[in-house]
Amino acid sequence: MLELFRALWRYRFFIVSSVRNDLRARFARSHFGAAWMVLQPLAQVAIFSLVLSEVLAARLPGTTSKSAYAIYLMAGLLSWSLFSEITSRCLTLFVDNAGLLKKMVFPRICLPVIVVGSALLNNLLLFMAMLLIFALMGHAPSLELAWLLPLTALTVAFSLGLGLMMGVLNVFLRDVGQVMAIVLQLWFWLTPIVYMPSIVPGGFQSWIALNPMTPIVQAYQQSILHGQAPDLVGMAWVVGLAALLLVLALLLFRRASPDMVDVL
Amino acid sequence: MSACLLEVEDLGKVYRSYSAEWRRVLHWMGLPMASVTEHWALRHVSFKIERGEAIGIVGQNGAGKSTLLKLVTGTARANEGKVACIGRVSAILELGMGFGPDLTGRENCRHAAGLMGHSEAEISRMLPEIEAFAEIGDYFDQPVRTYSSGMQMRVAFGVATAVRPDILIVDEALAVGDTYFQHKSFDRIRQFREQGTTLLIVSHDRSAVQQLCDRAILLDKGRLIKDGGVEEVMDFYNALIAERENQTVTVRQLDGGRVQTISGTGEASVEKVGLHDARGEPIEFVNVGQPVELRIQARVHQSVPRLVLGYIIRDRLGQAIYGTNTHYTRQALEAVAAGTVVDYSIRFPMNIGAGTYSISTALVSTETHLENNYEWRDLALLFTVANLDKPFFVGTAWVAPSIELTVS
Repeated sequence: MLELFRALWRYRFFIVSSVRNDLRARFARSHFGAAWMVLQPLAQVAIFSLVLSEVLAARLPGTTSKSAYAIYLMAGLLSWSLFSEITSRCLTLFVDNAGLLKKMVFPRICLPVIVVGSALLNNLLLFMAMLLIFALMGHAPSLELAWLLPLTALTVAFSLGLGLMMGVLNVFLRDVGQVMAIVLQLWFWLTPIVYMPSIVPGGFQSWIALNPMTPIVQAYQQSILHGQAPDLVGMAWVVGLAALLLVLALLLFRRASPDMVDVL
Repeated sequence: MSACLLEVEDLGKVYRSYSAEWRRVLHWMGLPMASVTEHWALRHVSFKIERGEAIGIVGQNGAGKSTLLKLVTGTARANEGKVACIGRVSAILELGMGFGPDLTGRENCRHAAGLMGHSEAEISRMLPEIEAFAEIGDYFDQPVRTYSSGMQMRVAFGVATAVRPDILIVDEALAVGDTYFQHKSFDRIRQFREQGTTLLIVSHDRSAVQQLCDRAILLDKGRLIKDGGVEEVMDFYNALIAERENQTVTVRQLDGGRVQTISGTGEASVEKVGLHDARGEPIEFVNVGQPVELRIQARVHQSVPRLVLGYIIRDRLGQAIYGTNTHYTRQALEAVAAGTVVDYSIRFPMNIGAGTYSISTALVSTETHLENNYEWRDLALLFTVANLDKPFFVGTAWVAPSIELTVS
């Protein structure tokens, strides 16, 4: 374990420069550059709030302000975008970097760390843009926003554990990647991001409760919209699950490493 | 420090395939899952490399060369045996790995050097030198997508060799770029070698191996089948290729320890080879520039549609000094009947430098020995050139100068 961190430290420059290049490559030669990173999720928020709150007249129970729904949406999307970016990029991580893995010698663990680094950076920029919009809407965030730090860590741990496991399996069974892409879409709708859990019919309630992303997303919404501390007891099992997934993923990664290069 | 830099012991690498991939996953979990096929890409390979040696790894496609390199560099893990390595290993397996098209040459260099594990301070120190080596001027700060492939190669090679490693592994990447740059990169590799870097080169290019290496390892079907001097191994390798087409190979130890290899399908053979002076007397020692006659007698055992004689004069290291054949001189014989004896008389002035040389002969049907190789005979004749009456010079070519001086 210690040597893992030592290798990461030795390759810190490579990791930082990869994250930077990631960002730069994505927006190279586009006029709005990094603004796209913020514009895209915001467009999504705008579409959802327009369709759901204006057209379908969905209201957040207990609030009267129109902006409450938009804030609810953004809080959920902040969490979900981090989760889905890390998961989906880890899913194809080894397949995409096949050339590098086959030809160069470097600590393999750098690759997921780079993904996490660049996803966190994207998430930070998105968060700052959201704060700006909250200010325009007249929504003052409270100190409970500090909960986002441990929540982000939990989201990263859960998505990294899941993504890495699937990513390793995807090298050998490419169907995993295809299936997971569909699962992620479905998962989004099984998570109370665009709707409130209360409006869901009873039969589906238990499904939503079993979804480990539900407590995480709800905690985001609690701290951003309501300025309240999240339900720590209800979240304990997700923390346990994330830790378990992370350990399993590392074990699987260790076991599969020698075979991986041969198959890629 | 120990003289032995790299030790490969009973190395083996197996590629397993399973009837279903989930069985492989269960195999990691420790369940006994039998694999359907096992393909040993490499097995029972052992060798040692001392500090400062230069070794060529040769073999046909699929012989296990790339697998061996992967195991030595550490990108793949061995199933049997071990690789013990001391010092920094640097591999030029593929140039331009990890280059991003939208980044500038400089940014890519920083990134690629980071990938090699260098720290930021080291990279900043290396950059000016890489820039100078690449010689691409202002392009260094332009996005790589605007580069020609040659320019990209220059930058990539510059980064890959910015720091002198203890072991440098080169995989056929040498024959890239323009001639000037090829020379430059060869020079750098040679310099590394003089400073004590051990070279491990994989190439099909005989001359590249001969120029840089002093030892060669021949792999075939995952086994090490020959380990020795470059010339000997290369000759054996050529013969091996010929053998694949049902040809025979004989290897004979000559006086002085050199090994002669004869291969071919045997429809025709060289009976006599001799070097003679202007009066027709056989000679072994030749003066620089002396007119000589190479006499070769070939006998046709089975009728052949076309007969071409080729010969190559090689230096001590086996590098070609001069070679041609009767196809190029438009003297090929058509429809040669069995029993025919052909005497070739080849006259030329021995305009080559002092040293020992060998002549290889080939009886073939076209300009290459790949189509029909009746007989290929390495070291068919050995002779020595001595400089008896010319001013001292070095090199293998006698390029008589006329030097004029103007002193003012």
